[in-house]
Amino acid sequence: MPPREGIYGLLAEFNTPGELVLATEQARAEGYRRMECYTPYPVEEAAEALHFHKNRVPLVCLLGGLLGVTTAFLMETWITVWSYPMNIAGRPLFSWPAFIIPAYEWTILFAGLSAAFGMLALNGLPQLYHPLFNAPNFRDGATTDKFFLCLEAHDPKFSILETRAFLEQFSPVSVVEVEH
Amino acid sequence: MATKSPIQDPNVDPVLDPMIDPRTGEYAVIAPGHNFKSVTQKIAGIVLTSNTPLGWFGGLAVAGGVATFLIIAVTWLFLKGVGIWGVTIPGAWGFAIINFVWWIGIGHAGTLISAILLLFKQTWRNSINRFAEAMTIFAVVCAGMFPLLHVGRPWLGYWLFPYPNTMNVWPQFRSPLAWDVFAVSTYATISVVFWYIGMIPDFGTLRDRAVSPVAKYFYGMMSMGWRGSTRHWIRYETASLLLAGLSTPLVLSVHTVISFDFAVAAMAGWHTTIFPPYFVAGAIYSGFAMVITLAVPIRKFYHLEDLVTLRHLDNMAKVMLGTGCIVGYGYCMEVFMSWYSASHWEFFMMWNRMFGPMGWAYWVLILTNLAIPLTTLWSRKLRVNALYLFLLSFVINTGMWFERFVIVVTSLYRDYLPSSWGTYRATRWDYMTFIGTWGLFTFLFLLFVRFLPMIPMSEIRMMLPQTKVHKGGADAETVAKETV
Repeated sequence: MPPREGIYGLLAEFNTPGELVLATEQARAEGYRRMECYTPYPVEEAAEALHFHKNRVPLVCLLGGLLGVTTAFLMETWITVWSYPMNIAGRPLFSWPAFIIPAYEWTILFAGLSAAFGMLALNGLPQLYHPLFNAPNFRDGATTDKFFLCLEAHDPKFSILETRAFLEQFSPVSVVEVEH
Repeated sequence: MATKSPIQDPNVDPVLDPMIDPRTGEYAVIAPGHNFKSVTQKIAGIVLTSNTPLGWFGGLAVAGGVATFLIIAVTWLFLKGVGIWGVTIPGAWGFAIINFVWWIGIGHAGTLISAILLLFKQTWRNSINRFAEAMTIFAVVCAGMFPLLHVGRPWLGYWLFPYPNTMNVWPQFRSPLAWDVFAVSTYATISVVFWYIGMIPDFGTLRDRAVSPVAKYFYGMMSMGWRGSTRHWIRYETASLLLAGLSTPLVLSVHTVISFDFAVAAMAGWHTTIFPPYFVAGAIYSGFAMVITLAVPIRKFYHLEDLVTLRHLDNMAKVMLGTGCIVGYGYCMEVFMSWYSASHWEFFMMWNRMFGPMGWAYWVLILTNLAIPLTTLWSRKLRVNALYLFLLSFVINTGMWFERFVIVVTSLYRDYLPSSWGTYRATRWDYMTFIGTWGLFTFLFLLFVRFLPMIPMSEIRMMLPQTKVHKGGADAETVAKETV
């Protein structure tokens, strides 16, 4: 893959979540859309500031659970009634109350795996390389004690000089250009 | 839960003790003075240090030595078959099922801490949930081994699962033993997934702090490229909450299904409706005891008293007191129902359980599970005494083991037909296998505390006062001033 032109974005570093949220809100008001916050723990206010509400993880989990219960119940019914019918203490072949328990377990199994792997898939993980790891202060900051706002270069409003000036007014610890 | 605060306790001086929160009078969940960096350094330092403490190697050697018992016993088992165990008619279920239920029960506290306490927003759990989850997984590993070995031909263990095969044979879904396969395999899978998902952000931290290239590579792969993006965090939190919501009914169902192994059978002493709730309460009781067994030495050895505080020990002791009372109620109800049922067989079973040839086991159980813990845990002084709780945790787990022994053995060895009465005696191979699993459990746990982050760093950060978002973006100095 040929190296991409230009930079990935401008990365501003803050010491507190409050400063990060303020800068993010202002950037949104200014018209920036392609941006992301990076924090060492979940900061819900930052998600609010980004207007991020489309969270599909619950839907994926629900679909997984429905798939699990249907699969297990139909499988048990098919096995017990058609594929391998056995007379167990005179019970009817379609003894559905007994089928509930494995079906219940598979509901949880499928729903849990869907939630976990669905979350990873929606997040685009695993993704071992990311341009942000090129920023010298990003590693050991975003996963320890620093709060970052990245305004990305493919935002139509982005321009290195103006965006840098915009970010500087929030007195961040630093504003660095992130290489691709 | 109304408790006497240490301020009202004349023996504790709230001004002198920095561990006490002056506003609430309770022990602090995290010692004051920590910030994002200090907690990260403290926890990551345990994993990333190049000086592994000698004590760790010593512990690993002892645990590994004990685990060789398991290897020897299992090798002999594979050569000779399950005849080397004490299981025979009428005691067809011996140590294998006792140990299985005991280990699975221990695992349940991990899920309770990680899932149920998360749903109840009990943030104090954050310090202990990771190693409680690890304990769950290793306990399930030990537990799962017993039924697998008991089937006689463990290499055909996959026959337990429904899969299309040339024999055209399928599992029998009206049997509780088939339900068990689904319950325990789901439990193991979901526990591992929940544990791993919980560690991803911490792997990111370790990747970024690691110095050695091997550690960088290992934690880098494990972190999947986690970079703390806010959108990722929101989905991550949702997934954690969903997994917690799913694990809660799961953990209750697993021990319920295990109790069905007994309750569905038409044996005196087994065929009761009280079994599911009383098994679940017992599981949580023994599991919290095991968390204390592990937490007390770890916080001492790794100097984690700041993060696993007396508040945690106190809270865990309260949970043990609560679940212990439920277990005690279960015992009383069993005795009452054996009389109230007016069933001759039930009555005889209870008489035999208390005063028969193996009656001593019942009284050991009453002493260790009820008499000692339920009389002393009411005292706050003992609940915050780490040494006492450590010793008590062994007492409780002895009691819980005897509970399973009493349930399994006493109902089986003298059933309806006196001509088929017998006895049960475990062989040296039974004991070796059981003791070997303690070694395996400890061995795995020691590897865990050395190579994986045993306290969730990202969750500890969320408990610090600095996380409060000040509207209008206060700078670092204002925040620091306010939080002091």
